[in-house]
Amino acid sequence: MSPTSATSARPLHSQGERPAQEAGIAGSVRGFASRVRAGDIGSLPIVIGLVLIWGIIQGLNSSFLSSRNLVNLATQCAADGVIAVGVVLVLLVAQIDLSVGSMSGVASAVLGIGLTSAGWPLPLAIVLALAMGALVGLVYAVIFVRFNVPSFVVTLAGLLALLGLQLQILGKHGSINLPFGSAIVGFMQRMFVPAGLSYVLGALAVALFIGSRLARARRRRAAHLPSGSAVTLFVKAGLLLVGLEFGCWYLNMTRGVSLPFMLLVVLVMIVDFLLKRTKWGRSVYAVGGSVEAARRAGIKLWRVYISVFVLCSTLAALGGLMSAGRLSAASISSGTGDTNLNAIAAAVIGGTSLFGGRGNAYSALLGIVVIESIANGLTLLSLTSAVRFMITGGVLMIAVIVDSMARRSRAAHGAA
Amino acid sequence: MQQANAPVLQQATPALTLRGVSKSFGAVRALANVDLDLRRGEVTALLGDNGAGKSTLVKILSGVHPADAGVIEFDGNEVSITSPTAARDLGIATVYQDLALCDNLDVVANLFLGREHGTLLLSEEAMEERALELLHQLSAKIPSVRTAVAALSGGQRQTVAIARSLVGEPSVVILDEPTAALGVEQTAEVLNLIEKLRDRGHAVMLITHNMADVHAVADTAVVLRLGRNNGVYSLADATAEEIVAAITGATDNTVTRRAARRPRHPSTDRPTNPEPTGEATP
Repeated sequence: MSPTSATSARPLHSQGERPAQEAGIAGSVRGFASRVRAGDIGSLPIVIGLVLIWGIIQGLNSSFLSSRNLVNLATQCAADGVIAVGVVLVLLVAQIDLSVGSMSGVASAVLGIGLTSAGWPLPLAIVLALAMGALVGLVYAVIFVRFNVPSFVVTLAGLLALLGLQLQILGKHGSINLPFGSAIVGFMQRMFVPAGLSYVLGALAVALFIGSRLARARRRRAAHLPSGSAVTLFVKAGLLLVGLEFGCWYLNMTRGVSLPFMLLVVLVMIVDFLLKRTKWGRSVYAVGGSVEAARRAGIKLWRVYISVFVLCSTLAALGGLMSAGRLSAASISSGTGDTNLNAIAAAVIGGTSLFGGRGNAYSALLGIVVIESIANGLTLLSLTSAVRFMITGGVLMIAVIVDSMARRSRAAHGAA
Repeated sequence: MQQANAPVLQQATPALTLRGVSKSFGAVRALANVDLDLRRGEVTALLGDNGAGKSTLVKILSGVHPADAGVIEFDGNEVSITSPTAARDLGIATVYQDLALCDNLDVVANLFLGREHGTLLLSEEAMEERALELLHQLSAKIPSVRTAVAALSGGQRQTVAIARSLVGEPSVVILDEPTAALGVEQTAEVLNLIEKLRDRGHAVMLITHNMADVHAVADTAVVLRLGRNNGVYSLADATAEEIVAAITGATDNTVTRRAARRPRHPSTDRPTNPEPTGEATP
């Protein structure tokens, strides 16, 4: 066979340069365990945490894991989850945007005024709100790059300015109800993936996964590189398929998979792809890892910062539009309160490091599911916002401690 | 000036030639009229005490600072090195002392940082194949090209940094204090790498304080003192004392006085061990 003969003709992999990954399922499990011990923990704590949280809440209130409640939970995740995706990007370059909540509030105010007193068509209102987000992100990035002001301060100032802008836009209204027949309200409140289609989409996602892995294995064989075991791939794909189809089936027992949640999932997949497979993504991680190394490698830092801040603010605006649609209202309290904290906490809880360079798009999804599970569960248990805030704060603190401990463990293993 | 700095070896056209290069920072004259030749397949050590202008020279060659005056010729053509990118495009690669690696990225990603293969999407396979090839040529011992650089030892990190400088197949490789932070074993590995670079036909410039490294791998030593040329030595003929004298600027200095206190072996011209006095038993 050509792959084997090619490998034996070029003995590169037998001379200490061989990838450390071991063959087979047992090998990948062992590799995972040793990565965890070395502090490369990824999303492991969050998965454990999520199982614990779901178990505890389910033990206290048996309707938590009911199909009806999980359908709600998924929809609740969508808006803040979209914002969290943007926060992940900013955290990856070791910066922060504290104004995502205010930005989402401004976007919802623009939508509210646009659809009612200004009488704009919905697409115009959406485009204007998103453009506003992009502009705000651009301003942040320019101030950050040009004047070297820490992003924490720039966006803190932005938080206040945007809050003022939101009050200004809403003016004397204070609160605006969106027309109930508006498409965005329908999208956020009443649109679900048809049951049959949801199974097809699940299968399609798995097919896409297998296809991309097989294509990669083929490219690696063509480049005389070890290509991993097909058995492991199909076991993973099988588990994924069972998980996805079971999830769809369970949600389909009541209303099914909501479109806003699908939007979040698709967005996460797209951002993940961009981060992992493009030069832009590579430069985002490089800047987060070492600004100086990235600069010397010829990466144009300002481009990376601008792209990341613009994406973050635009996604914050999109999240604001979604939450306005879900509440079918825009008010002076939109985007205030816990939106900001939820989105930032979700990114960190999901496993994106505050220190930059480590994390991925999926951490936004995982993190927001944890946060909304707590919020949803505590509401089911008839606990007040007071308790909810304290518990969410505690979970965030634990996540940050885990992040710092993992960092220290990497240092202890000579890997920080 | 010309006589004093006449190149010791004349066998090939230098890859890089500097003539009369000067650089001032405000009132401080960092470099004055410096000449330098770097030849392919040769290791040139750049020596000098602190403040001699070594770093300034490296920065001029790597495009961090432009020179105020003087001529830089690359393969006989006059060039101006205005930016790090310009230096890289010319074929001058610099390995900085702090290595400038991204700890969170794997070896392949670091090697190709800023010049990834692939147009729309990264072509990881092409990069990984090339990375393995480069590391193989350097006989480098890296556990896996997919481990994060954070998990590598000091010597391995130095190897990655040197391998990265070769990605663009440069004519000139500048190594800034490559062994400064390394132990004995890892220093030997890096010296092996430097010889590999020489054998690959690169013109290597080695900046170091370590005379043992100079004697181990360099063919020529260029000494700077207070921003001026202070001699070019062929390592085949020059003694360590001559070079140290050129670095410190005097034949009578702490280093030579120390050496003079110890008797020399007649054939090797090296300090012999002091005679056993009997009272100090091993």
